[in-house]
Amino acid sequence: MSHPPCTDQDEWFEQKTSVADTEISRRTFVKSASVLGAGVATGIPQIAAAQRTRQAATAAPQMAPLTLKINGELHALTLDTRTTLLDALREYLHLTGSKKGCDHGQCGACTVILDGRRVNSCLTLAASAEGAEITTVEGLAHGEALHPVQAAFLEHDGFQCGYCTPGQICSAVALLEENRRGDLSAVSWQTGQTENPQLTDNEIRERMSGNICRCAAYPNIVAAVRAAAQGART
Amino acid sequence: MNPFHYQRAKTTDDAIHAITTTRGAKFLGGGTNLVDLMKSNVEHPTALIDINHLSFTQINSDPDGTTTIGAGVRNSDLANHEIIRKHYPLLSQAVLNGASAQLRNMATTGGNLLQRTRCYYFVDTSFSQCNKRTPGSGCAAIKGFNRIHAILGTGGNSDEPSCIATNPSDMSVALAALQATIHVQGPRGKRTIPIADFHLLPGTTPHIETSLKPDELITAVELPASKFAKHSYYLKIRDRQSYAFALVSVAAALELEGQIIKSAGLALGGVAPKPWRSAEAEKLLTGATPNREAFRKVADLAVTGAKTYEHNAFKVELAKQSIVRALTLAAQGAQA
Repeated sequence: MSHPPCTDQDEWFEQKTSVADTEISRRTFVKSASVLGAGVATGIPQIAAAQRTRQAATAAPQMAPLTLKINGELHALTLDTRTTLLDALREYLHLTGSKKGCDHGQCGACTVILDGRRVNSCLTLAASAEGAEITTVEGLAHGEALHPVQAAFLEHDGFQCGYCTPGQICSAVALLEENRRGDLSAVSWQTGQTENPQLTDNEIRERMSGNICRCAAYPNIVAAVRAAAQGART
Repeated sequence: MNPFHYQRAKTTDDAIHAITTTRGAKFLGGGTNLVDLMKSNVEHPTALIDINHLSFTQINSDPDGTTTIGAGVRNSDLANHEIIRKHYPLLSQAVLNGASAQLRNMATTGGNLLQRTRCYYFVDTSFSQCNKRTPGSGCAAIKGFNRIHAILGTGGNSDEPSCIATNPSDMSVALAALQATIHVQGPRGKRTIPIADFHLLPGTTPHIETSLKPDELITAVELPASKFAKHSYYLKIRDRQSYAFALVSVAAALELEGQIIKSAGLALGGVAPKPWRSAEAEKLLTGATPNREAFRKVADLAVTGAKTYEHNAFKVELAKQSIVRALTLAAQGAQA
């Protein structure tokens, strides 16, 4: 390893430690403020630092103008930088097809297609999505004509309550494109199908594993994706 | 989530200038881990410097076979790149065994190296004890629910460790077995860090997880010319078949000459605070004939010094059997 000079390393440790110390203080402050009342706690020296940190932490929201391109249309917005793409869609543009399930990238209900790639919109900051082509479930149909994946979900009853369905459908649309260009999955390596793998049920299950269905409509979801894949091939 | 400034960096120099001049700033790559931890109030940067528009998104091989992966290459692109599939299948397999398709489309190579632990006590701030999150507060995992926690690398048997969290990355385990080198750049210039020295053991400073400094940017990952393409295997053992972190994973890579192992790479995931490469086990493999007896000895050696807790003792035997299985499949030339 090319070791950094000692002084730099020390500085880095100090810097990290001081950040960590304020962290303790802030938490201690929050805790003691709620348990003992702030008045009791103010005599402790580290509390002053904690208060400063807390002020910094509760600083004014940072608003920033941005333009998002959703389903081919440009939308100019001024948003708090903390706004996720999912919240921008749902709360500001009233495109409520994309759903908020876990809000931590674990359930896939928020899946949208960004520059041709499926992503979790709950972990994508709206600001970082500026300049991208974003497709939500609302942008898949052509007028009254459903996207083939939407039609397949209807035909195969690929849902029960429907909450995860927009995410499932966006995910499956992108999956078909990934498969068309020959992308691999962990299952492709396991089965040795590493040249343009066929979408077997195992492949579909693996490739759709980022979309959870609490109703467990999985057999029908797999059937819908399989049917859509077969339709896409013919 | 605390308020933060957001800015996009256009060049590497831009990004480094911004991180140097903004106290408390962090780089934003795919955001799959950072934004998540910001929502949980574990991370609270004052500013995010978006590095998604830097031009470090290429994968190239030199004539001598050395391969350079730009730090901004997305996990899905890394796993599917022709060079990686053909020459480093172990890396493709490891990456595809991690996360979901959506997350792999977002997550970057550089960001994956900095992925933070999934220890419950770290990611949930309602637990007051976590030396990684709040140094000096203690470790709730040691006497808590520690089924997913480390058995290696947490310190000697006499002292209570400061932290028993594991590194969650699959990619980094393959990179450790392949002996990658990390390229970084900061205000003091460029330097390289072998992957073995990139992730740090907790010692008394579990909040310092890598040797990357706060003002440094990972620019690339370099892989030595491929020796293991024909005989490598990434085995991941987890509670679910897909989209779950490893309880134990093994990156096994063998270079065979006839029936003799000429060189080897072996690293474990899910068992230690860092990707756990066993240089001793690699040495024992070198010159050996690939068979079950040899692999069992290697497995015993690789987990020497394991320290277990109430719920994770199963990982020792699981790791040993996984090592034997991964090496056996690698020797057979099986794919993942």
